[in-house]
Amino acid sequence: MQFGIFSVGDVTPDPTTGRTPSEAERIQAMTAIALKAEEVGLDVFATGEHHNPPFVPSSPTTMLGWIAARTERLLLSTSTTLITTNDPVKIAEDYAMLQHLAGGRVDLMMGRGNTGPVYPWFGQDIRQGINLALENYDLLRRLWREDVVDWQGRFRTPLQGFTSTPRPLDGVPPFVWHGSIRSTEIAEQAAFYGDGFFHNNIFWPASHTRQMVQLYRERYEAYGHGPAATAVVGLGGQVFMAERSQDAVRRFRPYFDSAPVYGGGPSLEEFSRQTPLTVGTPDQVVEKTLTFADYAGDYQRQLFLIDHAGLPLAEVLHQVELLGERVVPVLRREFEARRPAGVPSDPPTHASLREAGEDSPNAHVRPHERHLQEVR
Amino acid sequence: MTTRPERHRSLVVVSAGLSTPSSTRLLADRLAAAASAALTESGDTVTVETVELRELAHDLTDQLLTGVPSERLEQVQTSLAAADGVVAVSPIFTASYSGLFKTFLDLLEPGLLAGKPVLLGATAGSARHSLALDQAMRPLFAYLRAVPTPTGVVAATSDFASARGADEAEDDLSERVARAGAELAAFVRAADGRAVDEPRPAAEQAGLTPFEQLLAQARR
Repeated sequence: MQFGIFSVGDVTPDPTTGRTPSEAERIQAMTAIALKAEEVGLDVFATGEHHNPPFVPSSPTTMLGWIAARTERLLLSTSTTLITTNDPVKIAEDYAMLQHLAGGRVDLMMGRGNTGPVYPWFGQDIRQGINLALENYDLLRRLWREDVVDWQGRFRTPLQGFTSTPRPLDGVPPFVWHGSIRSTEIAEQAAFYGDGFFHNNIFWPASHTRQMVQLYRERYEAYGHGPAATAVVGLGGQVFMAERSQDAVRRFRPYFDSAPVYGGGPSLEEFSRQTPLTVGTPDQVVEKTLTFADYAGDYQRQLFLIDHAGLPLAEVLHQVELLGERVVPVLRREFEARRPAGVPSDPPTHASLREAGEDSPNAHVRPHERHLQEVR
Repeated sequence: MTTRPERHRSLVVVSAGLSTPSSTRLLADRLAAAASAALTESGDTVTVETVELRELAHDLTDQLLTGVPSERLEQVQTSLAAADGVVAVSPIFTASYSGLFKTFLDLLEPGLLAGKPVLLGATAGSARHSLALDQAMRPLFAYLRAVPTPTGVVAATSDFASARGADEAEDDLSERVARAGAELAAFVRAADGRAVDEPRPAAEQAGLTPFEQLLAQARR
């Protein structure tokens, strides 16, 4: 099973000091967090993509390329890559290049972005968000799998005799996750292609996450990729730890109370009760995280949000250490102990996809059609 | 003559009163009782669930901020979606329904009240606010594609028995309450067999569009 960090990349004042980090400091902090994640034995670092203040990561492959050069094992991912407002041609090129530079340590999570004003800056319209995600991603799959693409669609200019370069490393397109909180179309999309499904999980009662993941699992099986229990699932989580739980609560509360998204809303206690947020000891984080598998099924990737709401870098690095030293080793053991035979521990990686070759749905533009042909 | 089979009806009563006891709740209870009586008279069984928005005020603000309903607020929204009829009563504040009442409606899934029979009620300090029901509440429910009964009931302070002339005022209110309740009952019965096709919130959609169809639609 893979464990890691996902960062939104917000520049937020530290509510305890009133100080706002510069963009330079925030960008350096994000890369420092990624390096620390590798150092303490975590598996994944994923960055968000945003094109408006107060967020810094507008250029994910630049950042991930830098991190790739400084790391050996860390898998580099996104949370999310905007499949709506980015040109799928540029996504194909950028991430194939990153794949080569990172020696295959790359996958991506597709997302739509929910900020209305961003869309027109890129010539798009948020009301077409789902349709953009569907058409653009289908084109992206072709760009990575067909050497020469002739294509015509609704949202970009036609392509005639186009070859996206560089070609994916070893001819193996990066594995793709689709992130969605409540759009059933996206769960359906992930299932159709045999891709991974990631539920952000962190603002939502367990019942919502369960419903979406269950839908994805059922549809994954329906499209012939294997039993529902073997579908590729990732979940988010949000934690803040200290040796004593009362210290964790005391130190995190000012950040919680003024956090973007939920600040000024429910109390820390209510939010902890209703969502996966865990503020407490490393043992409490272990205990709560293990319950995720009770409602989402045994899964393959767990990402934690730990660096938002103005938390200072030193504190965040301490949290990464606690994850690496006290939480993840226990979670690895416990999750494998409960995992039924036949349910994969890890999501597909570059190595496993290269090994699987044509047998993997990832090798095909429309893997479902291949199953249909086998049936005939 | 054919006998109608006995049907079970669920009424959800939404009261946006703030004090305890509140005249808004008082009116809501009377409207619910009148609608229940009219339904029971024609052989139906009725359950009434009453929602005091005051108790959900923090949950509503939280959902405004986080976009996610608390568990108990979600339960209320689910009950409302499943209701055969709704009684919705707000105090009139500053010439319109209260902000709490509007917030509750703002946070419902689009289409949740579509096609649903609704009895509108309002309480006000004086009868001079009576038009707020027809000029503010009714257009709101038209937007929500709900089906409000022709009679909405405004109860002013004077309707709730002042020292003098109480009998006259009280009679008038009772009459209006009974008429509105009977109208809601008639609308609930008339909705039999047609509510099925009304849109439901995405989370409840059992059917899912197969992917190839989704993709074809996207490119149209």
